[in-house]
Amino acid sequence: MQPTAPSLEVRGVRYAYPDGHVALHGVDLTVARGERVALLGPNGAGKTTLVLHLNGILTPTEGGIVVGGLAVSSDRARLAEIRRRVGIVFQDPDDQLFLPTVAEDVAFGPANLGLRGAELAARVDEALAAVGMSEHRDRTPHHLSFGQRRRVAVATVLAMRPEILVLDEPSSNLDPAARRELAGILRDLPVTLLMVTHDLPYAFELCDRSVILDGGRIVADGPTPELLGDEELLARHRLELPYLFRPTPGPTPVRE
Amino acid sequence: MAAGHAHVLYREVDSPVHRLPPEVKIAAMVAFTIAVVATPREALWAFGAYALLVVAVAVLARVNARWLLLRSTIELPFVVFAVALPFLGVGERVDVAGLSLSVDGLYGAWNIVAKGTLGVWASLLLAASTTTRDLIVGLDRLRCPQILTQIATFMLRYLDVLVGEARRMRVARISRGDDPRFVWQLRGFAAGVGALFLRAFERGERVYLAMLSRGYTGRMPAVWQGAGAATTGQWLVAATVPVLAGAVAATAVVLT
Repeated sequence: MQPTAPSLEVRGVRYAYPDGHVALHGVDLTVARGERVALLGPNGAGKTTLVLHLNGILTPTEGGIVVGGLAVSSDRARLAEIRRRVGIVFQDPDDQLFLPTVAEDVAFGPANLGLRGAELAARVDEALAAVGMSEHRDRTPHHLSFGQRRRVAVATVLAMRPEILVLDEPSSNLDPAARRELAGILRDLPVTLLMVTHDLPYAFELCDRSVILDGGRIVADGPTPELLGDEELLARHRLELPYLFRPTPGPTPVRE
Repeated sequence: MAAGHAHVLYREVDSPVHRLPPEVKIAAMVAFTIAVVATPREALWAFGAYALLVVAVAVLARVNARWLLLRSTIELPFVVFAVALPFLGVGERVDVAGLSLSVDGLYGAWNIVAKGTLGVWASLLLAASTTTRDLIVGLDRLRCPQILTQIATFMLRYLDVLVGEARRMRVARISRGDDPRFVWQLRGFAAGVGALFLRAFERGERVYLAMLSRGYTGRMPAVWQGAGAATTGQWLVAATVPVLAGAVAATAVVLT
């Protein structure tokens, strides 16, 4: 694997569900290492379907996916490595957190990779520290607040040291403070980021580049301020900025 | 958050009994119950000795009598028919307060009530001093098949989530004027159960996908089982109760 390989390459991916409904009509997307990309699109555009392709849960009808120079295939060992490299944080933290304590849940991924003992404990500590949840390690996930649970969900994936972090609607259902806290955490993570969302200000805040997926096709790809500045483009794809919101590049938000 | 469903019986205090590892408590409870059941019913004094043992453990575990008695009413439905035995029994009869009762039936009723109550008390003490989570860890360490402990773990984890979903659906139904007090209005409830099943099913699928994404291969990684297992000293401490009970049972068998 050469170090220059992009974190993610999606080449001509087409996907039809078993009932014949075509969800993806040939998607091409390249995300360079260290890049932060927002994947925007209305409901039903195929965003989640695309995400499930990235780590081999769904297999494309046509086309292929390469993660850090390694092509996704159905080979077991290959698939395990792909799932280590692509860290998906699902929309509902209750789907992701299923073990009785936070620490055990964070350990689940790296333990599946074969880590044990002190090495495993170090991974758990590192991931929990990265999302500011170290003091809650022995608590039960369902006793945490929703925002805390989402942060733990991010930690469960970070513990696998992924090549690319994929977040499905990271800001949904968060109160404003939890939303801002999560943004602060995501901004500081030194990983490649693909963020699926229709929260346009969030994309503006965290991602330099955005792509719009609609009807199973990538219809726009460019710097986030440019895309969000094109009202007509947004309207065509059922996206709109919140009332009174104008994307003007300004100083980065104040951090605590 | 809906907290506390997982800890219906657990009493949150610190005591020597609480600090014992779960596996020794489970083993002690089972051994104690076997000794009680093996005791001949005519040895009335033996049951008094067992009750004293239970009281001693309850005092050590800082469980008060009121709580223990209140919770042990759970056995009532199971021992109700024991009341009938003295009237229905055959053979030798005695007169008690003007009623002619069967001696054999009286012993039978006593047998059921005494042994049942002692068993319930022992289980309640275990539940009061051990979190549900620790019970599962204990069963795991006692080499209980992993598939069973896994099912129990998932059930615990998602019980809260499902109860929450059921409650939200009920509130939504009632908010639209449903009043399921009358039999002919149960339709809404029945449809709700169907919807809840579908939701549970879909959630199961999403949880599984999220597990796959973190490298799950069909076997839970054994991560924490090694830590904190019982020492020989702790086994010996916990063994005092069943050993005493065993001695009582053996004496009772020899004497009758």
